[in-house]
Amino acid sequence: MAEREQIKKPAPQREESAYEESPAIPGQGEELKAELDELLDEIDEVLESNAEDFVKSYIQKGGQ
Amino acid sequence: MAVPKICGIETEFGIAHTGTEDANPIAASSLLINSYLSEVERTGEGGPAAGVSWDFEDEMPGNDIRGIAPLGSLAPEIDTHLVNAVLTNGARYYVDHAHPELSTPECSNALDITRYDKAAELILLRSMEAAAQLLPRGQELVVYKNNSDGKGNSYGCHENYLMARTTPFSLIVVHATAHLVTRQIFTGSGKVGSEAPGLTTAEVPFQITQRADFFEEEVGLETTLKRPIINTRDEPHADARLYRRLHIIAGDANMSEVATFLKVGTTAIVLAMVEDNVLPREFRFQTPVQAMRQVSYDLSLAKPLELTDGTSATALEIQWDLLDQARKYADSHGLDAVGGPVGQMVIDRWEQVLAGLEADPMGLARQLDWVAKYRLIQGLAQRHGLRPDDARMAALDLQYHDLRPERSVAARVGLETLVSPGEARRAISEPPADTRAYFRGQCLKRWASSIVAANWDSIVFDVGDEPLRRVPMMEPARGTLDHVGQLLAECESAAELLNRLRDPSSR
Repeated sequence: MAEREQIKKPAPQREESAYEESPAIPGQGEELKAELDELLDEIDEVLESNAEDFVKSYIQKGGQ
Repeated sequence: MAVPKICGIETEFGIAHTGTEDANPIAASSLLINSYLSEVERTGEGGPAAGVSWDFEDEMPGNDIRGIAPLGSLAPEIDTHLVNAVLTNGARYYVDHAHPELSTPECSNALDITRYDKAAELILLRSMEAAAQLLPRGQELVVYKNNSDGKGNSYGCHENYLMARTTPFSLIVVHATAHLVTRQIFTGSGKVGSEAPGLTTAEVPFQITQRADFFEEEVGLETTLKRPIINTRDEPHADARLYRRLHIIAGDANMSEVATFLKVGTTAIVLAMVEDNVLPREFRFQTPVQAMRQVSYDLSLAKPLELTDGTSATALEIQWDLLDQARKYADSHGLDAVGGPVGQMVIDRWEQVLAGLEADPMGLARQLDWVAKYRLIQGLAQRHGLRPDDARMAALDLQYHDLRPERSVAARVGLETLVSPGEARRAISEPPADTRAYFRGQCLKRWASSIVAANWDSIVFDVGDEPLRRVPMMEPARGTLDHVGQLLAECESAAELLNRLRDPSSR
């Protein structure tokens, strides 16, 4: 129960309209960076070689 | 008490026919599905329902929950001449609007939905492989599980939930809108750029969802033009005196199992709470359509949404409030309507994901599609010094959703799974045990040659010596293993089944 109280959020009733624009997402640790690097190596290999043609030719009919 | 939130997902997949100049999406979709059905018939795996076609008898997608459709609104059309099959897992696999579409069988909980959604991916993959055997060398059909071609054309991933007819529709509209607009922070599949009129990639380099750009109305019947946040199609595929089927068109197709699980799980709980009328606060947005886009464009998750009572709240705050209500609801009403223990799993996971989004969204790169994709997009841009409108960014976005294991980007990012490969494989041919899909699937498995057609709420039998017999299934929670398992086991033939159904004393 104590745990539940801990993460409980106050009722959302913001009155103030001023807020910080904060699009920046916090940085990642070294380990995550290394893992991302490895992943990007793999992505570089698997990505369609002619990105421009690939993207241009992907045309769908609108659906639901 | 809320009626069981029996649910299903319909996914329209993107399709490309490579290696040819004269590709036609309808022909390609037909070839894709027919290849699968032939393969199933040949191997006997996941069949032999291939010859059983869909029964259009009760399709009325033009019916409007509000009674009469407003003048000038466009009712959806049905193509009855294209391939349209029923599978032994209870699903429907067909060509719709120039796309291959797969509707999962009816499921009683979010974990089953996740399993059948995964099975759907495997069915599409097998279809591609089967089609490759038939196509000339150098040609291929490629299927994408996304919702947009990046050029303004969108196709849907729709959810359906069983609702009590007595629940006031106006109440559904208010709370479902609040949830659909704000759940985007965990249901979004991410998109490079914007397809909303007048917006460029410079203004919206990346957004949380695939679909938000395409919504123009708050409430309406359309699904292909002027899409509404709340769709009013009134086609319950069940006893219309007792039920309606809420048709939700505002979601993204997800590669992440956690995202699919939460998308359906949280929505089922919110709808159960609406039905039991326990939600104390109404979050009415001043401009719901703009709110939908604002949430999708705001990667900081910090911008408040203006409410009609003069206050404002962020999407995260509204989600925390709904989660808080869900916990209270679990205590006061129990979670039987949403799968019991699975409902509790949903609540626990919901909390974990909201806490993660609040602390650092990038920490959810193994759970949420938009985060996984955004991390790669940023990484690729940094590594090669790419501008947001570089074709390689759009290519990565698109390829995230490629269902071929050798090309799929989503398959490489280490997404957490909730379903084992074996469970997903079994779900290709086995129906869920605890909805009417069980009866449909089992009948197709055993007596496909005596079945002329099937749909959500009936099966039409032809046992030769009498007129065609329609067996209605108007109650989605009946026809389960518990309910008909023994009856089906005792019957040697479809004729015997029909006799026993006709004469209840012999059951």
